[in-house]
Order: sequence, then structure tokens, then C-alpha cells
Amino acid sequence: MIDVAAGAALFCLLLSALAVARRGRASLSATLYTLTILPCLAQAAAGLAILGGAAGGQMVLPIGLPWLGAHLRLDALSAFFLVIIGTGGAAISLFAVGYGRHEEEPGRVLPFYPAFLGAMTLVVLADDAFTFLVAWEVMSLLSWALVMAHHRRDEVRSAGYLYLLMAALGTMALIVAFGLLAGADGSFAFSEIRAASRPVGVTALAAGLVLIGAGSKAGIAPLHLWLPEAHPAAPSHVSALMSGVMTKVAVYAVLRVVFDLLGPLPWWASPALILLGAGTAVLGIFNAAMADDMKKILAYSTIENIGVIFAALGLAQAFLAEGMRAAAALALSAALFHAFNHMAFKSLLFMGAGAVLTATGRRDLDGLGGLIRRMPVTAFLTLVAVTAISALPPLNGFASEWMVFQSLLASPRLPHLGLEMVIPAAGGLLALAAALAAAAFVRFYGVAFLGRARSDAAARALEVDRAMLAGMGVLAALCVLVGLVPALVLDRLSPVVTALTGTHLPVQGDQPWLTLVPVAAARSTYNPLLVFAFIAVTASLAAWGAVRMGSRVVRRGPAWDCGYPEPSVTTQYGAGSLAQPLRRVLGPVLLQSREEVEMPAPGDMAPARHRVVQGDPIRDTLYLPVVRAVLWAATLIDRLQFLTIRRYLAMVMATLVSLLLVLSLWG
Amino acid sequence: MTPIAFDTSHLLAGGLVLVSFAMIYQNRLQALLRTFALHAVVLSAAVAWQAFTQSAEQLYLTAAIALVFKAIIIPAALRRIVQRLGIHREVEQVVGTGLTMLAGMGLVALSIVVMLDVTAKAGAFAREDLAFALSVVLLGLLMMVTRRNAVSQVVGFMSLENGLILAAAGARGMPLVVEISVAFSILIAFIVIGIFLFRIRERFDTVDLHALDSFRGERR
Repeated sequence: MIDVAAGAALFCLLLSALAVARRGRASLSATLYTLTILPCLAQAAAGLAILGGAAGGQMVLPIGLPWLGAHLRLDALSAFFLVIIGTGGAAISLFAVGYGRHEEEPGRVLPFYPAFLGAMTLVVLADDAFTFLVAWEVMSLLSWALVMAHHRRDEVRSAGYLYLLMAALGTMALIVAFGLLAGADGSFAFSEIRAASRPVGVTALAAGLVLIGAGSKAGIAPLHLWLPEAHPAAPSHVSALMSGVMTKVAVYAVLRVVFDLLGPLPWWASPALILLGAGTAVLGIFNAAMADDMKKILAYSTIENIGVIFAALGLAQAFLAEGMRAAAALALSAALFHAFNHMAFKSLLFMGAGAVLTATGRRDLDGLGGLIRRMPVTAFLTLVAVTAISALPPLNGFASEWMVFQSLLASPRLPHLGLEMVIPAAGGLLALAAALAAAAFVRFYGVAFLGRARSDAAARALEVDRAMLAGMGVLAALCVLVGLVPALVLDRLSPVVTALTGTHLPVQGDQPWLTLVPVAAARSTYNPLLVFAFIAVTASLAAWGAVRMGSRVVRRGPAWDCGYPEPSVTTQYGAGSLAQPLRRVLGPVLLQSREEVEMPAPGDMAPARHRVVQGDPIRDTLYLPVVRAVLWAATLIDRLQFLTIRRYLAMVMATLVSLLLVLSLWG
Repeated sequence: MTPIAFDTSHLLAGGLVLVSFAMIYQNRLQALLRTFALHAVVLSAAVAWQAFTQSAEQLYLTAAIALVFKAIIIPAALRRIVQRLGIHREVEQVVGTGLTMLAGMGLVALSIVVMLDVTAKAGAFAREDLAFALSVVLLGLLMMVTRRNAVSQVVGFMSLENGLILAAAGARGMPLVVEISVAFSILIAFIVIGIFLFRIRERFDTVDLHALDSFRGERR
């Protein structure tokens, strides 16, 4: 199986070479994206086969460091992430067959796109630190190149620069972490790192560094600043790939190093992870509920979901540290399941935003509206994704978030007072995040697709082509199917969970009616088929009743203007009006936002102005001081540029003399 | 090595350091050039004495090169330049003479301390020769740092190079090729710098480096 996966990665890289050779011509676009679907399907199939019990395998390629070579290995964990990359990559490539037709600069996208997929596959397959880091950095740089596709816009360039900085920081942290793990004799192979024993301080430090390195790629606060800038700046199918798939590769890095290579962390490390995840979730989704740009909302929501995943990972660590393997298996299954689900619905949402962008040329909520009539299929598919991401049953988002909360409920059995206090607080934060997510996506969907068109472009929008709809349809179907039979998906996860925690959930496929019973039937169960049947029956009854009893009756009443005294479209509820209540409650704390009213003096004919001012406390307190320090140092060093020749000579001499002094004092 | 040979080479190397000091307190260019010629003569003598005591014939060639180029041709050429540029009266030290002399003494002390420490295993002559050579190098550098005029920086550079040759001559068995290539590189450096001096002069009407700095937008 490893040769299939490695071959798929190689095929992707060759496709990029082909695109380079053909100079990324637009005529190549459809062929290239179609060809990219093949390796994606191959690796998804390989991953599924391994999760179903097939043997993985290892491979040593004679490239890379001369004494090391490039080690590749395919185990259950890699296989699971191969499935994520393959499924997401295939659906997104199918979407891109249509979307790429509208790309204004295909030469800046085509050569990087297949290689980006290939690099992600290599990250997942790597079995030594060197290969891992090279693949990771190639993945970062290719995604940066894709972000910079529309580099003529200022905001894209600044987003790309920010992304490059954060990616460099992340890779540096990973390099240091692997350096710590490899030890003095430089054993870079993962098998050696796994076998070595090291003091607990080194373990914790390496885990922290990996959290910085992978967390900056995934968007963990406070390292998330680049994500809502860079993900939306890329072409939409690349955004889908970055948000839906690349963040999962970052989750893979954490799982691989912290769970697999390091072994259990001390118990005091887990509350940090849990609180970080829960805080990230709230911060991300609150920003999503405030943002006006469709793709930015989706990027912020990615931050939220990553936060949820990391919180579940933290729970798994807490349980592992206490030897509660069953609970750890539950939390880890929840995290993995949510990672898969997030790939499905977030890629779908970004594709929906891409379809809207293609049809209208806009992605600001206040320029859209009424698209459900102009683009019915896109609207329906996006509705599926929105329902899933808001964690409404019976879709997949509900199933995985429900499991996260089930693992939270197992926490009172933990023996530490600190954990006992932290976990309920984190649970509260996660519940808040889930509620805010629903609010954010009601706003997202309602303003963009419902109501009346707020711009001519939206009023004239046309449904997008079949390839784009097919790409979205695949993932929408996946969301529904996985939501209806989560039990079968969870059973596929058990090899991964067994490898990392030593045990797995009870087999779910054997339960009657595919009920989800994660712990014990007495505690809690969830039967999505039943819920689905209930929803279908009640909704049909309600609709039937409404049609049957409501609209047949003619009533006479006083004239009412439906709450719209003016016919202008701007009187509808818009992005700003839906954001205001939440902003008034949480904004002053999370965004330092305040509202300013400018009243003209009496007799002045100028209009009064109502303005919202908001900042970003994380940027102001954590990033700007660093920026200022760097600028200060750079200004200081810049003076060296303008010294006289004599002063340069004096510096040469001072260096020489001080070296001689050192020699004479310590020599 | 006989005591008289040792003493003589010691005397000549020490003389070179002494002339270096003499160059530091020359505040007129013409006087500086004459002192530099003396510096080259002393170097040539020191190298010739080495050739005699080591019976290394190629060192005679080195001495001759030093004598012809550094004691005669280069000072004469520089003198012509100074006269054509009309700067033979300029006082161009940045730091006062006294302070420079004190700094020079410190440098000599430093180089002696360092060299005697580092070369503890070498012979007595090699140690002191290297210490003197390093002093000459540092004094040449000091001169480049404390002068404002491009011509005197050239002179400082040349005297620095004299120190290198002194060190090289003291080390037994230095190949002639190296020696000649060093000599030629110095000559070429001299030519290049000389041409640049005229170019600078043409453009700025002065060879004071201050003009160059202000041209580069120097902030003071």
C-alpha cells in the first residue's frame, strides 16, 4: 500500500512538472485538475484499505541526507490522514475543473496545486524528521505561492508576507523540536525517536515547540493571525484545500509527535492544551460572527474547529496521563472524527463561497443576498454544509461535536483538582463556541442566500457549471452519509485509536440500528437514523399542515408593509445588523470594540455618524511589540550602512584588537 | 643563530616599529611620505639581514623589491600625486598625535603579550619577530583609522603590508612565489588607489574622505 501512496505523491509532483513545462497555460487547466483527481482517489482508497485491515509498509528512498535516506511509512494514523487528503483533494480538484476556468492567472496556480497535494501526502508518509521537515516546508512554500496567486492586490501581498513569516516561525519551532528529540547523536528516524527515553522536561519542551510549529499552521490562538488573511486571499479551491486539508496535516503533526513519538505527557501539560483549544474556538467563532467577508468568516470558523479538535486532543492527553484508556480513546476518536468532518464541510463551504464568487464576483456579505433563487443548487449544497458546521443533527458535525462533549462528561473521574476545574470551564467555552457557530452561520447563510439581492451582481448571478456543483455535491453527500452512519466511520477509526491509546471504542457497527454508543448504553446514545426519521416526519407534517391549513384561507386585514417601510434593499437585515447584538455583548472584551456616535452641532446640516471601532488585543499585545522591537533593532543596525570609510576601518580594527585581547586574556 | 645575528635582526625589526611610530606623528603629507620611504628601507634591511642569516637567497630578491618599489617608486609617485593635487601642506589627523601615540603603545604592548603567549613553543627569534610584525600591522591599521586623507590611508595600508612582509621573512622557507604575488598585489592596489584618487579629485575637488561621506548622504 505504501507504494500506492508514494506513487500518488510522485504523480502529483509530476503533474506540477507538466504544468511548469506547459507554462501553466489556461488550456491545461481542466486536464490538469482532472488528472489530479486520480492520485487523490488512489491514496484515499489506499488509506481506507489500511483502516480496513490491510498491511501498511515502509520504504527507504535513497534521497535526502546521505547516511539517512528518506524513510516513508504508512501506518493507521498516516492512512487516516491519507483518506482526509485524498477525499478532500479529489472533491476539490473536481470542483476546480470548473472553477479553474475562471482563474485570471492560471500560470500562478496550476504549477503549484498538484505539488501542494503531493507535499501534504509526503508529510503524512514521512518516517524520519528530515523528510518530514522538508515535506512540511515544501508544503508551506507551495501554499504560500498559491496564496500569492493574485499578488497584484495589496491585501494579498501583505497576507502572503504575514503567512511566510508565521510559516518560517512554525518550521523553526519544528526544527528545534526535532533537534531536541534527535538528541546529540542525531537519530532522526522516527523509530529511533520513539524508542529513546528522555527527561520529562525535554518531552514537555518538545511538545510545546511542536504545538507552536504545527499550531501556527493549524491556526491555534495566538498564532492564528495569518490564517484569516491568507486562507481567503488564495483562489477558492486553494482556500478549501488549505482550510479543509492542510490544517488537518498540522493536526497530524501534533498527533504524530505528541501522541506517537513522545508518549504520554505529564498531566499538567493537558490543561494548557484544553484551554488553548477552547479559547481558540471561542475567539475564532466570535470573529467569524463579526466578519463581513464570506471567505474570512469561513477562515475564522476554521480556527474554531481547530480549537475544538485541539481541546479534544488535550482531553485525550489528560486521560492518557491517568491511564484512563477508554476515555482517552473516546476523546481521540472524537478529535479524529471531527477532523474528518471539518474537512468535508469546510471544503464544501469554501467551494460554495467560490461558486458565489464566480457567479457574482463578490464575497462581501453586504453585496450579496437572494442567491437561493438565482443559484438553487449551490444554495442547497451550502445549506447542507452550514447545517453540518452548526452541529445540527442528523449531519456529521453534530455526531463529532456530540462525541467531544461525551468525552468532556467523562472528565469528573480525573483525579486532579486543576483538571476538575479546567475541564468544565473548557466545556462551557466549547458550548459557547458551538452556539456562536450556529449564530455565525445563520448570519452567513441568511445574508448571502436569503432576502433580496443587495447588488446588481447578486441580482444577475447565474448558477455555476456542473463540475463545480459535482465537486460540492460529493462532499455534501459525504456530510449527510457520515452524519447518518457515524458508527461505521468510528469503526474505521479504531486501528488509529488503538495505535495511539492502546484501546479503542466498543465496536459500533454491531449496535442495533447503527446507534452510537461510545461509552455504555446506560450513559448516552445517539441514533442518527432515528433522529433523521423524526426530523423528516415532523418537518413534513409541519409543511403539510402549513400548506394544507394556512395558505388556502383568504384573510382580509389592515394593510401592513411587512416591516419594510422603504422598498430599498438596504433596509433588510444585513451583515452588520446581525453582528451587532453579539458585538455589544462580547466585543469590548474580545475585540476592544466600541461604538462611536458623531452628532453634528445643532444647526449643522451634516449627517450624524455611527461608527464601530475595533482592534485586536492579541495583535496589539503580542505581535506589535515584537514588530516594534525588530524595527528598532533594524533602524539601529541600519546606521552601519552609512558609516565613513574611516569608521569601517575603525570597526575592523576594534574587532581585531578585541579578538587579540580575548586571546591574550583567555588564550 | 649567533648572538650578533639575533641582536641585529632584533634591532632592525624594532627599528621598523620605531619608524611606524614616527609615521604616526607626521602631520604633513610630505614628511609622512619621507618617513614611509625610511620605513621601507628599514624593512628592506631587515629582510636582507634575514636572507644573510638564513642563507636564503630568494629573500635578497624580496629585499630588493621592497627597496625599489616601496622605498623609491611608490613614495616618489605619491609625492607627485600630492604635489599635483596641491595638498602637501594639509594637516589631516583626526585624533590628536598624543592620543594616537598612546593608543599605538597600547597596541604594541598588546601584540607582544599576545604573541609571546601564543608562540610559547617557537624559537626566541620567531616569537619576537612575529610580535614586532604584528605591532607594525596594528600601527598601520591605526594610521588608516586616524587619518582623514586618502593618500595617508594608502601609506597606512602600505606600512601594514610591510609588517606582513617582516613576519613572512622571519618565517623560514617562505616560497618566493607568495612573496612576489604579495608584492604585485600591493603594487596593483597602489595603482588602483592612485587612479581612484584622481577620479575622486576630479569629481569632488578634494581627496578629503569627508567629501565622499557627504556625497553618500551621510548623516552626522
